[in-house]
Amino acid sequence: MLPLLLILPQLLVSLLFFFWPAAQAIYQSAYIPDPFGLKTQFVGWENFEFLFGDRYYLESFKTTAIFSILVTVLSMSIALWLAVMADRIIKGSGVYRTLLVWPYAVAPAVAGILWLFMFSPGIGLITWYLDQIGVDWNHSLNSGQATGLVVVASAWGRISYNFLFFLAGLQAVPRSVIEAAAIDGARYWRRFWTIVFPLLSPTTFFLLVVNVVYAFFETFGVIHMITAGGPQQATTTLVYKVYADGFVGQDLGSSAAQSVVLLLVVGLLTIIQFKFIERRVHY
Amino acid sequence: MGTVFGTGSGMVEKRGKALWLTHVCMIIAIAFICFPIYLAFVASSVQQSELVKPPMPLLPGSHLFENYKEALFTGINAPVWKMLMNSMIMGMGIAIGKIIISLLSAFAIVYFRFPFRGVFFWLIFLTLMLPVEVRIVPTYEVVANFGMLNSYSGLILPLVASATATFLFRQFYMTVPDELAEAARIDGARPMRFFFDILLPMSRTNIAALFVILFIYGWNQYLWPLLITTDPEMNTIVMGIKQMIPSGDDLRNWPVIMATALLAMLPPVLVVVVMQNLFIKGLVDTEK
Repeated sequence: MLPLLLILPQLLVSLLFFFWPAAQAIYQSAYIPDPFGLKTQFVGWENFEFLFGDRYYLESFKTTAIFSILVTVLSMSIALWLAVMADRIIKGSGVYRTLLVWPYAVAPAVAGILWLFMFSPGIGLITWYLDQIGVDWNHSLNSGQATGLVVVASAWGRISYNFLFFLAGLQAVPRSVIEAAAIDGARYWRRFWTIVFPLLSPTTFFLLVVNVVYAFFETFGVIHMITAGGPQQATTTLVYKVYADGFVGQDLGSSAAQSVVLLLVVGLLTIIQFKFIERRVHY
Repeated sequence: MGTVFGTGSGMVEKRGKALWLTHVCMIIAIAFICFPIYLAFVASSVQQSELVKPPMPLLPGSHLFENYKEALFTGINAPVWKMLMNSMIMGMGIAIGKIIISLLSAFAIVYFRFPFRGVFFWLIFLTLMLPVEVRIVPTYEVVANFGMLNSYSGLILPLVASATATFLFRQFYMTVPDELAEAARIDGARPMRFFFDILLPMSRTNIAALFVILFIYGWNQYLWPLLITTDPEMNTIVMGIKQMIPSGDDLRNWPVIMATALLAMLPPVLVVVVMQNLFIKGLVDTEK
């Protein structure tokens, strides 16, 4: 009895708020509610067929992919560069670490408002400077600018996290390996790319997966704050579309079908993540 | 060759100019990263009239206290102190709730053999694949049916079950030597005595590190509170900022909005900076 009692709270919450809703999503994805919401009609795969015939939905796949790649590459490369520098500086690296660690705690949505403020048409400081050099900035009209701003704001909030992992990875590289290379006369950057970077690859792979997951889900706040998915759905990611169709558009059948697709995507990502973690354990 | 035979960590690096350059790069990079926050701070210390005529000032103005007072006690839809309190309850509720239920369930999974143990383990494991963003509409319906819209339990409960915390504690319990459990058994200690007297004190560091991470996770939630708190008095601060921005062309009260943004990041930033070492250790250990 005791073990069941111990596991019960977690099980209960999981069943009520995880499995029941997930089952509902799968169930609802095969139905369309009538316009009055009084009854629903079974439609089989129709919601999915409609979904994959929807140009905007296919676009949102592409947007999500581009968005994830840009955020991941941008934040990881800046973080790696910072971590390499911090690793070279022995004295004072604690101070730099403190100065770089705190943006971790800034919510994505708050990062969104900070960047929105700098780039806001009419009053933003950067907008004004851009205007001085002849660049017309208005992310609520220009979809390229909108994507750029959302990517930069999302990547900005992610630098700390990646920095901490890269720094931990770098500090775990045995000094003796580097010293051996130095005695052989290898120069710093050559040493870095041929010895240190390959040794970092477990950290790098780990961060790749985690950052893609982050770009998928956690950036909702940034997008909602800065662009609300616009202009013309240019910054509508998969998650944003579930929200927009389900809550703003009240298209429950489609939103449920999208949830099911997302479920499969997350499942895949989770498997990759675990396969990878499993492998790490055996290293 | 002189550098190679130097002392300590300086052995490999060329000292001097290269290091100096590294410091300069680092400081410039940090300045860039901190700039958005600095600008927000400046904006929260001036008057609206100074902002609407670009370019905005680059040095703090004299209306700091006024703006923060307005934000905290008047706000735009709801006073910010109320939203801060809501966020605090949500962050603490999620962190404490998650830690308690996963401490218990991991204890059951590691130390007991009971029917369906494997099934339960997989059920918990599967929740990893169901982030709230994936199941928003049906979860919203469940919460609405329970009458938990605009309530703290509605904010907290759906985010409380977490396989990650359970896995962390499971991992940790498995490193605890079996002899300890056996010794306790010989001494006639009941399972819960063993849990409270031995396991719990040993998990202290893990619990603290996890608390920091989970508190920030809870505090920074956006989508969920956006859906279920329609009453401005129940808004959390992070999602409440969005509600302060009028749609359309109405004038945005930027000084108050920016003051709110800074207030929204203050508690989690403080937690991270103060508990830095514990937090970094926890983060790098848990997520790897």
